[in-house]
Amino acid sequence: MPWYLELLRAIGGTIVIFSGVAIVAAMFGVLLERKISAWIHSRLGPTHVGPRGLLQTVADTIKLIQKENIVPQNADYKIFASAVLIVPLAALLDYVVIPFGQTRWGPLIFRDLNIGVLFFAATSSLVVVGILMAGWGSNNKYALLGGLRSAAQMVSYEIPMALALITVAMLAGSLSTVTIVNAQSHLWYIVAQPIAFLIFVIAATAEVNRVPFDLVEAESELVAGYFSEYSGMRFALFQLGEYGEMFAMAAMAVTLFLGGWHGPHLLPPVLWFVIKLYALIFVFMWVRWTYPRFRIDQLLNFSWKVLIPVALANLVVTAFFVMVVHP
Amino acid sequence: MIGEAIAFYMLAAITLLSGVVVVSSPNIVHSAVALVPAFLGVTGIYILLNAEFVAGVQVLIYAGAITVLILFVIMLTEGGTGLRLQQRNEQGTIGAVVAAAVAALLIAGATRTVWTPQPGTLATYTPGAIGQSFLGTNLLAFEGTSVVLLVSLIGAIIIARKED
Repeated sequence: MPWYLELLRAIGGTIVIFSGVAIVAAMFGVLLERKISAWIHSRLGPTHVGPRGLLQTVADTIKLIQKENIVPQNADYKIFASAVLIVPLAALLDYVVIPFGQTRWGPLIFRDLNIGVLFFAATSSLVVVGILMAGWGSNNKYALLGGLRSAAQMVSYEIPMALALITVAMLAGSLSTVTIVNAQSHLWYIVAQPIAFLIFVIAATAEVNRVPFDLVEAESELVAGYFSEYSGMRFALFQLGEYGEMFAMAAMAVTLFLGGWHGPHLLPPVLWFVIKLYALIFVFMWVRWTYPRFRIDQLLNFSWKVLIPVALANLVVTAFFVMVVHP
Repeated sequence: MIGEAIAFYMLAAITLLSGVVVVSSPNIVHSAVALVPAFLGVTGIYILLNAEFVAGVQVLIYAGAITVLILFVIMLTEGGTGLRLQQRNEQGTIGAVVAAAVAALLIAGATRTVWTPQPGTLATYTPGAIGQSFLGTNLLAFEGTSVVLLVSLIGAIIIARKED
């Protein structure tokens, strides 16, 4: 393919991914979160805008676009403004390697990279840089504390997550996400690797800073953590990044452990993927509105003293089975 | 080819410009943050060279981990932030001379080497080939590096826990 067509394809892909994430993950995700939290709390949630409150987030988004962008007087403007770009960008990049389904012309994926799983781990690790920059650039003690907590937390939970990813890659014999999904046509890896699945989901919850690991933006102690000082569209972009990252983590869990687009032939593959994705999203939200928050020392101890040793042991046992028992 | 050339010069410009910011900015946090585009520019060049695995590791380790480590250390150091630090001292001339000498050496080396014009062959699945070479032909170097890293890890723990 000539280079200008590649470039056009990349620009088109960016637009599709951005609007898809903005509408499906951020806008619909927020609505879903509010409705599910209301259901768990025995409330009604948003009801007034549109039928059954369905247009509530559309109205919220329009409101956010109109709002004034406030920059604190002592903020470091360059860092304050560029942090907003890094967080959603890192979340959007995750979607490049996620296979959404199987069509007649091949898997529905933006680019089936040789190193798909590694690419996912790499791009999701970039979010920390954006969060640290936001925390520092705001020049606010709550924001800085949130940013530092986030760095400690995300660096700690990246390791068990990477170990869980490696275990699956070892079973499939490849880092490519399409190969991993194809390897699960008979047996989903959640059956072969239940421990790795559990570790991945726990680490993913921590990576996207959701309850019970939401110390980064603990409302009762840190206002809103690293994005306390952001308003208007900048705030919306952080929300987009956060929800985009959550949907990407759930999509990756579906790809790696729940057989991706595989399912009985009653429904098209893309639909199977979406069903599994939303089932996992529901679990994330269920956990968020059910559990209390950890303390920071409990959180770090849990990663270093429980998750990492278990993940390492799981890795060694899997390697033994892959290399010795079924070579 | 034209597309590759455009991409290369853009990536090189990004890398070099952020590198200049890293060494010249009076604000140490700005220097640390400017490392991110520099690392990403180098990543892009790795991708141009079909070295996808190295590119992924570059983002994961350098842009995602090393930068965070540097920022973390700066923010936890007392008086490390908010200062306008002088990036140059009286040894600037000597440094410039050494840098020019290294640059001359590199240019001479690059222009005088006889390069093989045809591209090498690429394994269809590069991560597997890289793993084989790490744990096969280059095992000694790989294990040596891991021992060095272990020593620095233990050293850091001993320094940090001196008073116990």
